[in-house]
Amino acid sequence: MSPVYGRLLMLIVLASTWQGIAWLVNSSDFPSLFIVMESFIYHFFHGDMLVNLSVTLTRVLISFIIAMILGVMIGILMGISKRLNQLSDTLLIIVLNIPALVTILLCYIWFGLVESAAIMAVVINKVPTVVVMIREGARVVDEDLLNVAKVYKLSLRKTFFNVFLPQLYPYIMASARAGLSLIWKIVLVVELLGRSDGVGFALNTLFQFFDIAGILAYTFAFISIVLVIENLIFRPLDKLIARGIHHDRA
Amino acid sequence: MIALDVAIKDKYYANSDLVVLKEIQFSVKPGEFVAIIGPSGSGKTTLLNMISGLEEATEQTLLCNSKPLNGGKAFPLGYVFQQPRLMPWLTVNENIQLVLPTTQETIIKTLLAQVGLAGKGDYYPKQLSGGMQRRVAIARAFAVNPELILLDEPFNSLDAPTAATLRLLLADLCKSRGSTVVFVTHDLSEAINLADRIIFMSHSPSSIIHQTTVDLPKPRTESGSNELAWQAKLMNQYPQILSGSLCTD
Repeated sequence: MSPVYGRLLMLIVLASTWQGIAWLVNSSDFPSLFIVMESFIYHFFHGDMLVNLSVTLTRVLISFIIAMILGVMIGILMGISKRLNQLSDTLLIIVLNIPALVTILLCYIWFGLVESAAIMAVVINKVPTVVVMIREGARVVDEDLLNVAKVYKLSLRKTFFNVFLPQLYPYIMASARAGLSLIWKIVLVVELLGRSDGVGFALNTLFQFFDIAGILAYTFAFISIVLVIENLIFRPLDKLIARGIHHDRA
Repeated sequence: MIALDVAIKDKYYANSDLVVLKEIQFSVKPGEFVAIIGPSGSGKTTLLNMISGLEEATEQTLLCNSKPLNGGKAFPLGYVFQQPRLMPWLTVNENIQLVLPTTQETIIKTLLAQVGLAGKGDYYPKQLSGGMQRRVAIARAFAVNPELILLDEPFNSLDAPTAATLRLLLADLCKSRGSTVVFVTHDLSEAINLADRIIFMSHSPSSIIHQTTVDLPKPRTESGSNELAWQAKLMNQYPQILSGSLCTD
């Protein structure tokens, strides 16, 4: 069975399980797939779903990029410098364990209910997890390959981009994957608490009306987008990074 | 051309109080092919690492043409490590291109043909056999047009025919470029086959126990009668020399 069929089959099984339970429970608290689809079509064509989705996606994208760049840079520095690592290790553990909600609330209180405060709250939540992963990668970088760069007197730029960084790609990919899912969850909370648009805000409104089908429709929409990102961006990137590494011997 | 003067005293293993090189002193003439033989663990790799500037000792004098060697920063240096050490994410072509300052497609092509890897330039290292990867590493070392070449048991664990081909290739390349060579091995017949002079090292903490010039005409053969006789004579004189001792019993 090809992997595509495997994934499709999994989706069908999930959908039919949901539908089965909805029939059994037969309650408005557990709407069937058809009702969710109906609600999706309504919100998509007649509601603000497109606007909310694009607003949320923009926030996710901006905070994702900032968090990844900062996290990768700090992670590399902490991975290669023992002293810097000792200095900032405690700080890292503290930031890593501050509840997301606390950072969000503090950012809103200190900087006001503005867009930059929202983005900053998300970034602060995400950076430490990226740092932790990249640091592990930078710690186990192959000394032997770096020595090749040294012996052949490669420039710093060449050493970094052709010898050092490629060893971190798997770690960067892993943290990007984990990062995207964490970030969009946090963005929703940020929107729910202090923004007047976006999916988080919409979900809050739907919650006020107990519109469960609407909530599920939004969830469905967002998960579809994540699946598209996974298939269009992450998977091709995976293949690119795995080049030369997972080949069988000729 | 590069002449080397090496003097090292008390080199310790990294983060350890174990002395690996006790007292090493030797010179290499310009264009000379010097083989270093010693039992495993005698610090041969450490010695090459020190010449290439990857490791240092507190008491060391490394001179190149009477000036500080400084890890060979002033001239092109080729180092064939014990493992091929190719970047797995770069193709064969890209691996060689990496050590070159400018794009040199023809040079890479010629070199690959010389090491018998014509047409393999677009393969990734993992797609090649171990012997092929070593040949790429040798091509990479020669690509920089090195004035000094360090080789660390480059033909170790290769099958005999491949090793023989590569030895011929190495001798050819060295001869055509006039490079100075320091070649580490634990295979005496390989050293006799290739070297102008052989330096024997003791067990660690090591020092040099014997130096001898291989006064045989080149080209030499793997198991020619002259070479075998030379080896027999040496082994007769110092039966324990390969285990790092000059004792006769």
